[in-house]
Amino acid sequence: MFEEIGTTEEGDLIINVGPQHPATHGVLHLVLTLNGEIIKKVEPHLGYIHRSIEKMCESLSYRQFIYVTSRMDYLSAHINNHACALIVEKGLNVEVPQRAQYIRVIMDELTRIASHELWWSAMSMDLGAFTPYFLAFREREKINEIMEETCGARLTMNYMVPGGVMTELHPDFQEKVKSFIVDFKKTLHEYDELITGNVIFQNRMKGVGYISKEDVITYGCTGPVARASGLRSDIRKIAPYDVYDKVEFDEIIETGGDCFARYQVRIKEMSQSIRIIEQLIDNIPEGDFQAKTKAVLKLPKGEFYQRVETARGELGVYIVSEGAAQPYKIKFRSPGFSNLSALDHMVRGHKIGDFIAAMGTLDLVIPDIDR
Amino acid sequence: MFLADYIKDVYGAVKSLLTGMKLTGYYFTHHKEIITEEYPNNRATLKLADRFKGEVWMPHDENNEHACTGCSSCEIACPNGSIKIVSMNVINAEGKKKKAIDQHIYRLDMCTMCGLCVEACPTDAIHMRNTFELSVFDRNHLIMRLNKPGSKIREGVE
Amino acid sequence: MFSLEGLTNFIHEWLNGHLPATFALLVEFVIVGVAAIGLFAVLGLGLVWMERKVAAVMQIRLGPNRLGPKGIFQTSADTVKLIMKEALTPSNADKFLFNLAPFIVIIVAMLILVPIAFARNFQIWDINIGVLYVTAVSSLSVIGILMAGWSSGNKYSLLGAMRSGAQIVSYELSAGLSIISIIVLTGSLKISDIVASQENGWWIFKGHIPAIIAFVIFIIAATAETNRAPFDLAEAESELTAGFHTEYGGMKFALFFLSEYINIFIVCAICATLFLGGWMPFHIGSWTAFNHIMDYIPSSIWFFGKTIFLIFVIMWFRWTFPRLRVDQLLNLEWKYLLPISMFNVLLMTLMAIMGWHF
Repeated sequence: MFEEIGTTEEGDLIINVGPQHPATHGVLHLVLTLNGEIIKKVEPHLGYIHRSIEKMCESLSYRQFIYVTSRMDYLSAHINNHACALIVEKGLNVEVPQRAQYIRVIMDELTRIASHELWWSAMSMDLGAFTPYFLAFREREKINEIMEETCGARLTMNYMVPGGVMTELHPDFQEKVKSFIVDFKKTLHEYDELITGNVIFQNRMKGVGYISKEDVITYGCTGPVARASGLRSDIRKIAPYDVYDKVEFDEIIETGGDCFARYQVRIKEMSQSIRIIEQLIDNIPEGDFQAKTKAVLKLPKGEFYQRVETARGELGVYIVSEGAAQPYKIKFRSPGFSNLSALDHMVRGHKIGDFIAAMGTLDLVIPDIDR
Repeated sequence: MFLADYIKDVYGAVKSLLTGMKLTGYYFTHHKEIITEEYPNNRATLKLADRFKGEVWMPHDENNEHACTGCSSCEIACPNGSIKIVSMNVINAEGKKKKAIDQHIYRLDMCTMCGLCVEACPTDAIHMRNTFELSVFDRNHLIMRLNKPGSKIREGVE
Repeated sequence: MFSLEGLTNFIHEWLNGHLPATFALLVEFVIVGVAAIGLFAVLGLGLVWMERKVAAVMQIRLGPNRLGPKGIFQTSADTVKLIMKEALTPSNADKFLFNLAPFIVIIVAMLILVPIAFARNFQIWDINIGVLYVTAVSSLSVIGILMAGWSSGNKYSLLGAMRSGAQIVSYELSAGLSIISIIVLTGSLKISDIVASQENGWWIFKGHIPAIIAFVIFIIAATAETNRAPFDLAEAESELTAGFHTEYGGMKFALFFLSEYINIFIVCAICATLFLGGWMPFHIGSWTAFNHIMDYIPSSIWFFGKTIFLIFVIMWFRWTFPRLRVDQLLNLEWKYLLPISMFNVLLMTLMAIMGWHF
């Protein structure tokens, strides 16, 4: 299954892409072995932004460790927090009020749209188109403002707490979200006009960075990368949490397995997220936004695992508890790490431009890979 | 038919490129769509969300009284030790010794604005304020004392 | 009426009246040189500002707006900054070639300025092989780029330079063929003859569809030859950081940057001369009254107006399209542009023989 690691011959060009490079969007270090323009091997070197979040979490209480996880995959901060809140609730057997569940799912989906917007803009910029960046950021800004109004922060919100959410929704929240949905639907056609339909873009994307369903399973890819190769992997469908089992939405499956398929999965996922929000936004039930919990949370002795679907794929949280107020051991299974490992397989024999395109469609967030 | 496909290819390509140019052309001619905010110039009209977490703040009323009992809940709740409570003993009207707050020290340079201290406060003594122009030249200014000098706890707050 | 022709004639007569003929000629050389450098500076600053403004408005932002009205002095301030910066030479670079390359590029850009007619009878040298001279000299700029890429001792630079070499050499073919299709109609390579032949209408209108196709191909090839997006593979920011000028800084980088904009100006000027009549006002056949009104607008304004419009179109490309891949770039040239332009030349020749054009 795994190809033999390419050997470096005389005359090969070895290039360091990163840790400071415009296309890596962070401190990722990739060592490229090139034969002219053709890529022979890609070797990721990690560790430049390792902050030992897992170790850090072991010294924090179950209320405190949630805020650190926003700093892993900062583009889906809400969803990371959600996973941590869920696992603590699972351990304590806390019943989360319906209202809180609705709010959480709406926030998750807004985060997912914001994340995909940023991916779209950054990927287009990797391909050399600069205007999409600003068009997508205009829409993302509206989501950020909604977040700011309710959660008090734009990126690392720390809004989810064990047992619900931290504060009540802002009175304007529903209205703002509805007007955002209207605006978003109006501008969605720009994405197709500017990038999707563009002949240069299609040539850059189609047939590039192919990965088969079997290889996706082998490398442990999840999220849009796996779904673009035809693998059903949406945790929201497989193991629904909170109110995901009550809403109707489609799991986007493409069978192309190339960059264009991955692109389309994400673009279509944005509309599905809108669909989920539309179903929930008018039906948020009245009630508490937070369940009553003890002042000091102590998970019972044992092991706990919870997985959620972030914008990049499956995020797993694994906690070993010794019954203390802090976790004994904590481990995050981050989607970016597995997705990055497939990069080498995708781009061997392709050109540098294809490598950039494939990396763009993997939607890497480096702090998520390194933690 | 090879030639027909070739011409169709070229036609489709040119059309897709022109659609893209139409969109950028639209924005070029419609200056109203510009979204830039000229920040330092629009300070007067700039409105930040009320809940925006800029810094921790202890509200004082007109009698220079606050609601902090010095219970250290916030200090315990803080994940990275940005809050330090220095308490003292005061003798109240009945002649009994009582613990009260001397200094509520808040380190803005370490704060991550998670809001857990505000959540933990039993007497609602601290809040998050939406101030945001917080940069200073000397990092010592980031270590702040939240209870004003000479302030005392409000009557009736336990 | 304002005209640059009067100005040159006045200077010429004044110098010849006061100085011996040889000295007058020498002084004229100096004046032309200084004027060319001045034009370079103004063009560089103006076009960079224009690019930033165009990009900003297309991307729904404001662009430079702090220094002077609408940020017009921003580029001057940038130039001052670049001059103040240390011009670093990497220790592993081939020092002589590394420092020579920016000058080669800028000198080549300067040389192409020679035959361009800026206004009626306002031209440095009306050489009889004008267009041929332009195509010949412009292909020299690839030497500067290759030199820069090779001597930097940087792999990114090397890759960028190699890409640029392949690109410029190939795209010259279709650019040349588009030029030929107009030469077929004019029958002369001399710029003044080409402009004069458009007295009763520009070639893009008179030459029917073949002229329009040639125009489009020339614009594409010109974009590619000047290494502009979507053909900016030599720089390819997200792939090669900055391509062939990765290692350059300060004023040496500024020379590359300047030459890029000068080259854009020149290819657009050539395009305007060939297809849009150069300084020739908009004339329609035998409508003498209409033509007469058009003549009231100074010819220099016509020339710069057309050129800046074409520059705008090239900028429009840049801020809309994603970048091509290197093999697709060559595919586009060899599989699409070259066959189409060859067929187009054939069609144009047929048209010229049969006299179907106006």
